[in-house]
Amino acid sequence: MEKLRRLIRSEAGTGVMLISPTALYAVLMLAVPLLAVLVISFWTQTGVRDFDTAFTLANYKEALTDPLYRQLMLRSLMVSGLVTLITVLLAFPIAYFVSFGVKPEHKSLWIFLITIPFWTSYLIRVFLWKVILGYNGVLNSGLQAVGLIEEPLSFILYNVNAVIITLAHAYAPFAILPIFVALEKIDRSLLEASRDLGENRAMTFLRVTLPLAAPGVVAAVLIVFIPTIGDYVTPRLVGGPGGLMIANMIQTQFLRLNNAPLGATLAVIAMLIVAVIAIVFVILGNRAAGQKGARR
Amino acid sequence: MKSLKTYAVFYLIFLYAPIFLLPLFAFNSSTVIAFPLESFTTEWFTELLTLSEMHGALLNSLKIAVTSAVLATILGIFAAMAATRYRFPGQKGIMGFIMLPLVLPEIIVAVSLLIVILRMGFSTGAWSVIVGHTLICTPFAIAILQSAFSALDPSLEEAAYDLGETPVSTFRLVTLPLVMPGIISALLISFTISMDEFIIAFFLTGAEPTLPVYLFSMMRFPKLLPAVMALGTILVVLSVLLIVIAEFFRRRGAKRTGSDAGGFL
Repeated sequence: MEKLRRLIRSEAGTGVMLISPTALYAVLMLAVPLLAVLVISFWTQTGVRDFDTAFTLANYKEALTDPLYRQLMLRSLMVSGLVTLITVLLAFPIAYFVSFGVKPEHKSLWIFLITIPFWTSYLIRVFLWKVILGYNGVLNSGLQAVGLIEEPLSFILYNVNAVIITLAHAYAPFAILPIFVALEKIDRSLLEASRDLGENRAMTFLRVTLPLAAPGVVAAVLIVFIPTIGDYVTPRLVGGPGGLMIANMIQTQFLRLNNAPLGATLAVIAMLIVAVIAIVFVILGNRAAGQKGARR
Repeated sequence: MKSLKTYAVFYLIFLYAPIFLLPLFAFNSSTVIAFPLESFTTEWFTELLTLSEMHGALLNSLKIAVTSAVLATILGIFAAMAATRYRFPGQKGIMGFIMLPLVLPEIIVAVSLLIVILRMGFSTGAWSVIVGHTLICTPFAIAILQSAFSALDPSLEEAAYDLGETPVSTFRLVTLPLVMPGIISALLISFTISMDEFIIAFFLTGAEPTLPVYLFSMMRFPKLLPAVMALGTILVVLSVLLIVIAEFFRRRGAKRTGSDAGGFL
């Protein structure tokens, strides 16, 4: 009893006590449900709410061999890969500009301006792209009205391109923030040192700034790549039949086809692929940052 | 730097362009969302008043958002204090797991909660949306509160202990007033996230839709699109207003404790 009391009074004990309500909530409402998804993916649906709980790999076999699921999975990977590439490439110069080109007292205003659109309804932003890119949409009607085009542009119409444009727009602020934070942490005297030692601007950027910004770039890539692969709203609203992604199939399995085990299987496979890619990327990113940083 | 600045300005315009279309078409009399614009009207806003189903959805959303914001902020205070003040084994892992919903696709959160709820024989409803929203709002609340708590000088609390205050009264009299701006900011951000969240609500709302779920069902009817633009305008204006107020409180908190740790994230 005395031992227990001392433990609770200790720093570690107080910390654990304080964290426990939040941790418990995360365990009950996140860890347990995630485990349930894993468990149910090995079951078979037999009725509306009834399952055959005998262990089976049939769902995994179906998910991995059916060309439809494979196509959706590959498309999701391709879309979120491209979206990540585009957002991070477009975001880096912005983060660089705010960190190095803006007066310190104006930095937080710039960052605030960049993040405001992120706080507005995601559903509405995606819907706006639907009305912008549609056949008789804002873009086509606008370009036709000023006489730039005769026929509506069709390459951005309810297809994968529309999904990529919309997602790249929606996730732009996500990519800027982590890169900005990493750039802000760079000790400016390192850049001066590099210049004093005779490196030019470009070489200083490549050999000092970029390696030091690598953790931010890695974070930006993950923060865009992981959620976009599971995006449901954008493919549904602007993707058309050819732009659907894996999340749409997960939703269909759960809410329409009433095959929760197969939906769970697809979710598990998607998360596994994302996790593997994320881990590989973090390792590569760390190695790149480490090597470049150490090189003289 | 000059060309970078031009690029940055264009980038900001690109970021905001879709949002600026909202009021443009919300006040346009044409039933088609396309150029050229016709004439000014407030008809679509008055149409919103007639959609009684929408009012139910709005009330439902408000109820869910207030409850989720309070729960997420309370859970956030515990976690932020534990993370900034104390060191204990497994801290990094536990905090990482609590912050996981920040990157986890929302559909995964939605599906996994749905499985558990149905499996346990409960039916979905406002309560299950609250459970999900609290989960995804908590990491944001923690991020804001962590900077509020880490900016706080611990010697102020130690002084209170030395003057004979108990841990609870110290928290109430010293800690709480100093981190109050952070708490208000966390409440507003969580409220905004919950009001705007769609996927989790879509899976877990049951028979009573939230406002975004109702908005989504409106989008299928071309006739209702101008009203969607009107409702969208209102929601975006409210979100931006709440976020500006939240930022104001966050900065005031940073000023009070003497440090500005940067933005929300």
